[in-house]
Amino acid sequence: MMRLRRSHLICCAASKEKMAAHLSYGRVNLNILREAARKELREFLDKCAGSKAIVWDEYLTGPFGLIAQYSLLKEHEVEKMFTLKNGRLPPADVKNIIFFVRPRLELMDIIADNITSEDRHHSSRDFHILFVPRRSMLCEQRLKEQVLSGCVQVECYLENDQTSLYHTAKGLMTLQALYGTIPQIYGKGECARLVANMMLRMKREFAGSQNQILPVFDTLLLLDRNVDLLTPLATQLTYEGLIDEIYGISNGYVKLPPEKFAQKKQGEGSKDLPTEPKKLQLNSAEELYAEIRDKNFNAVGAALSKKAKIISAAFEERHNAKTVGEIKQFVSQLPHMQAARSSLANHTSIAELIKDITSAYIIQCFPIKSHYVNTYIEDCIAQKDPLIKILRLVCMQSVCNNGLKHKVMDYYKREILQTYGYEHILTLNNLEKAGLLKPQTGSRNNYPTIRKTLKLWMEDANEQNPNDISYVYSGYSPLSIRLTQILARPGWRSIEEVLKMLPGPHFEERQQLPSGLHKKRQQGENRTTLVFFLGGVTYAEIAALRFLSQVEDSGMEYVIATTKLINGTTWIKSLMDRPESPTQ
Amino acid sequence: MAFITASWNPLGDAFYRKTDLYEMSWSLRDGLRDSLVAAAPYGGPIALLREPQRRSPSSRPQLEIYSASGGTVASFPWKSGPVVQLGWTVSDELLCIQEDGTVLIYDLFGSFKRHFSMGQEVVQSQVMEAKVFHSPYGTGIAIVTSSSRFTLATNIDDLKLRRLPEVPGLQGKPSCWVVLTQDRQTKVLLSNGPELFILDNTSCTVVCPPGLSPQDGNIVHMSVSFSYKYLALLTDSGHLWTGLSTLQEKLSDVDTKKTMAPKQMLWCRRPKSQQPSVVLMWDRLLLVVGVCNETIQYPIEDPCVLVGEMDGVRIISSSNQELLQEVPLVCQDIFKIASMAPGALLLEAHREYEKSSQKADEYLREIKEQSMLGEAVRQCVEAAGHEYDTNTQKSLMRAASFGKCFLTDFSPDQFVTTCRELRVLNAVRDSSVGLPLTHTQFKQLTLQVLIDRLVYRQFYPLAIEVCRYLKIPDYQGVSRVLKHWASCKVQQKDLTDDAIARAVCMKVGDSPGVSYSDIAAKAYECGRAELAIKLLDFEARSGEQVPLLLKMKRSQLALSKAVESGDTDLVYTVVSYLKNEMNRGDFFMTLRNQPVALSLYRQFCKLQEQETLKDLYNQDDDHQELANYYVTASYREKRLEGRLSLLQSAVDEYNKAKNEFAVKTTEDEMRLLRFQRKLDDEKGAGLLGLSLQVTMETLLSLGLHKQAEQLYKDFRVPDKRYWWLKLKSLAEKEEWDELEKFSKSKKSPIGYLAFVEVCIKCNNKYEAKKYVSKVTPEQKVKAHLAVGDLEGAADAAIERRNEAEIGAVLSRCSASNSLVIERLNRARAAIAKK
Repeated sequence: MMRLRRSHLICCAASKEKMAAHLSYGRVNLNILREAARKELREFLDKCAGSKAIVWDEYLTGPFGLIAQYSLLKEHEVEKMFTLKNGRLPPADVKNIIFFVRPRLELMDIIADNITSEDRHHSSRDFHILFVPRRSMLCEQRLKEQVLSGCVQVECYLENDQTSLYHTAKGLMTLQALYGTIPQIYGKGECARLVANMMLRMKREFAGSQNQILPVFDTLLLLDRNVDLLTPLATQLTYEGLIDEIYGISNGYVKLPPEKFAQKKQGEGSKDLPTEPKKLQLNSAEELYAEIRDKNFNAVGAALSKKAKIISAAFEERHNAKTVGEIKQFVSQLPHMQAARSSLANHTSIAELIKDITSAYIIQCFPIKSHYVNTYIEDCIAQKDPLIKILRLVCMQSVCNNGLKHKVMDYYKREILQTYGYEHILTLNNLEKAGLLKPQTGSRNNYPTIRKTLKLWMEDANEQNPNDISYVYSGYSPLSIRLTQILARPGWRSIEEVLKMLPGPHFEERQQLPSGLHKKRQQGENRTTLVFFLGGVTYAEIAALRFLSQVEDSGMEYVIATTKLINGTTWIKSLMDRPESPTQ
Repeated sequence: MAFITASWNPLGDAFYRKTDLYEMSWSLRDGLRDSLVAAAPYGGPIALLREPQRRSPSSRPQLEIYSASGGTVASFPWKSGPVVQLGWTVSDELLCIQEDGTVLIYDLFGSFKRHFSMGQEVVQSQVMEAKVFHSPYGTGIAIVTSSSRFTLATNIDDLKLRRLPEVPGLQGKPSCWVVLTQDRQTKVLLSNGPELFILDNTSCTVVCPPGLSPQDGNIVHMSVSFSYKYLALLTDSGHLWTGLSTLQEKLSDVDTKKTMAPKQMLWCRRPKSQQPSVVLMWDRLLLVVGVCNETIQYPIEDPCVLVGEMDGVRIISSSNQELLQEVPLVCQDIFKIASMAPGALLLEAHREYEKSSQKADEYLREIKEQSMLGEAVRQCVEAAGHEYDTNTQKSLMRAASFGKCFLTDFSPDQFVTTCRELRVLNAVRDSSVGLPLTHTQFKQLTLQVLIDRLVYRQFYPLAIEVCRYLKIPDYQGVSRVLKHWASCKVQQKDLTDDAIARAVCMKVGDSPGVSYSDIAAKAYECGRAELAIKLLDFEARSGEQVPLLLKMKRSQLALSKAVESGDTDLVYTVVSYLKNEMNRGDFFMTLRNQPVALSLYRQFCKLQEQETLKDLYNQDDDHQELANYYVTASYREKRLEGRLSLLQSAVDEYNKAKNEFAVKTTEDEMRLLRFQRKLDDEKGAGLLGLSLQVTMETLLSLGLHKQAEQLYKDFRVPDKRYWWLKLKSLAEKEEWDELEKFSKSKKSPIGYLAFVEVCIKCNNKYEAKKYVSKVTPEQKVKAHLAVGDLEGAADAAIERRNEAEIGAVLSRCSASNSLVIERLNRARAAIAKK
């Protein structure tokens, strides 16, 4: 017996979880979203009566962990949990087996394998599949056919596949159902236009079922990654951004090399170093991290040493504690202080790790002066630096100069193929399709104009006490965030010319609110904008937006949503095409 | 008002009453004589088939359908075979069970819907009797054939025929039988003479009801209550046994002294019945037998039909219709003569009040003294619900409203709801509508179903009125009505497509929850494809349009609508449908006009049908992609020859795509592969598949310098890269002489600082020093520092008079280098002076 079910909501919420973690503070209560997702999950679980075991697509455990703890699952008779893998399922005396998977074909094959090898041993079991974010016809067909073949890669620009846009639009509709209709929609870029169109269509389709919730968001800004290809190519220079660039943050966790975290116990010295990577959770619940995550890395050292002084001063207090009452008060603060101390130790270690690596690693926008950069890239290839770094550099040069000279481009490409292997011809092709790499045509290079009008390169970025968003890349302002900033004030009309130079249409739509839901704004009350990055956003961009939220007189609060969190490495990787080598 | 109890008859400690429902508006020539009649409960329609057994082909019997008030709904000559039984389903469909076991289903308006058979063996042995019954599973049919076998179908919408086991000793048809639904099982209870059998799926069991002995005579009639809970058995000696249908308990045992079998026998009960009874009908007499052994007799003038309801029995004659029921307790309390119940007093108080008599106050005082005013109001409201006469309803509600004035803190909910519901009930009871529902039935039926029934009877305006009046959300109310209306409208054959489309659009507009595609589907079902397409245009959700368009074979349109919706899954659905429906050429052409669909299909092919992908690219003359396809394919090929030939195909396609760069590099790759294979064969170098750079690296580490050199030249590797490579390789292998020779082979394109640094990295300071002298002046300081020669570095820096460099050297000095420090400081001072 196989029943296929789908659930839209969980999924959207799961993908949106990301923002819940970022903005736990602020005026918008993102818990509503979490609650809605949780409710949906509970209802789904209750539909399958009796004991159950969940088989997880490993990729999903992270997002789901954000909405449901094990205890919640347990309350709904989930007795066992397994990871999805080939072969027979581990034994479990349960009535239902539920697969929580992404709709990917290769996973369907594993499920099919699980079920077929199961059938012979057990008879009266129900199998359910929960597709996140939603069911896909292809996958169902695959389950029926069980054919073997290659792997999936879905990237909007490469394949012109609008599936992810459709999910985004659906997700935004869910969001509006929970937080009220968003009266103003702005957008820039092809995908943004498509998503807005889908949203407007969906709204028409549900005409009549008026949403009666007072809108939380004043504005929705849809930004297509394609409008700003440059930003993710540069190395993020915020603390959090660098951690992600170097070690990769996934679902709020990072795995770090263990050496620096060895517990120094007295007497034992450092005999046995831990070999397992150290796994740390990173979020704003940790006071220190909240303080430094968005800082430029160069300002982190100072912040850490300041913190160290405060903590040791706090510990020194014990000498001043004379009376029993004072001692008692000191003791009561101990757990908090100890937590702060261990947090400080962790981040000091991370900062040290990063410092060792950075200088060789950083890719900055500045040195894109044609001649110098050619030699630099050439040398990097000759030294066989990592391919991704090379690709980031080459693409960056191409984007900044409205393409590369034909000769230069062919030279780079040949160098890359000769050094890293011919198979990368497909990757290069993809980069060209995505517009990251292109030959110069006769047309004018608009980038300098864009750069100057939007003040993208700031010579004197203040890393310690930033006064502009450019601090997140030590002097380069992400174009995406600058657009957001200008939208709030003085408005896009002031940069009409530049907007026309950037790829894709820009637009403004208004959604009619039912009368009575028009907000009466209190004096001095901030407006709230939901910024949706189609095609991914970097931690540095998020930091920049948070910086804007915090600037006192901005009058604007930002909530960030995205299809995924990216950095240059993960982004370029998603564009790489590696043919499978023959299996011997 | 005073005569309200005039129609009441006492039965035990309760009362029974007959309420006039309708003067029947039909005019039946021969009354109900010789007719097969089926009337549905809950005030359902009445079907009438005159002389069903008449078989002369010249005069066909007429099948007539009436509303419960006798209004004609449909009438048509019966052209099919002889009918044994008529019955109604829960959804108001008419079942006509024929002698040959065929069951024909008609809708309320007499349109034929479908038919099915009660089994093969019936055809030979004919249906003798049939019964239609209702259970939680829907409407069922039971038949008994002339060979004395029973067949059951518990739900005609999910037909599963069950032939029940044989009944021992039964010849012909049983003397009487009923269908029971108990414990989720459907059984037949039947009698053969004095014997009683229960027949279920597997067995036939003899049963003896407690307190009924075979001496009481043969069982000639039996009846189960509306809820299947109670059973009544009548013997040929006039003995009436009542008890639970489980046959485990007897309720009563009455001798009716009637030996003639009645025409109909039914239970008459109501929820929380004080005095349930069994109603027996003969040609001229209606006998109500209470379980208390008392009886009421009503004379009958005309032949009648009894219809069992959950709270009484309807008596339909050719001229009028009455409801016989036990008077609800609350009505008894209020209207019983000399009743002192609070409700009765309140009613009296109000009556006096209207007469402007001070007695009103006395009555009120009396109720209030017992603090029963709340209860009095409640009683009046409840009783009003049970009354059929609108004047009685009004006086009760007025009394209640009057009583309410003297109460604080009394929830008006019940009063308001009852008012509303009574208005709705009075409207549907009207003879022109003909739904004589009691309040109790209405509550059981639910408002939703009532609206459905109104809609089904095509009382659209009334249904919409009701929805609006009761403020039902549009989705469940008005929209649903409009949907039905529209579905009905599209079936009107006398109207043009345009007229209908316009009418539908005007009425329905964009009412929420009305799906134009559903309406269109209906139109298509009726064979009006053009109308369906017109209607689909109004559909806002393009996703909804697709399935029907596909069904109508408008695949192009379906595809563009699917694309419009943005739902890629939907696009896939259409694409895979088209793929199966069309020939390949047309299919590809169709896709070509829909880029979104095309790219989705390409993805699908990438995963599942690589070959098709190739055809697609071919069709589009997309040589670039075709070439990429060959490249990808080449990596799946294990044999070198295969790989090379695929790469050659790629080269051909790249050529056609005018991608010179790709042609060149692909050819290079082929050349490299051949070279690698050759060396692998000769030297077992394990090179195949490595990049050019790694190949050279490997060759150098194997000491195959000549071959590396050859590649360097053949593939025009930039000097810089090759020099770096060779430098690192030689240093790593510590071939210092070779390195020196190499450094002198020509002027180094990467300078000599690289040599210094690489040597140092390989911990050979001695070798490193050899190259320090060769570096350019700008790098001198760095080179000296690299080999740790502070003096040299200082010399160079001072010579170059470069402050920054001097600083750099200084920073490397320690206290032991005081001499050097002194020199440097002096030099710095000298520069500063200038």
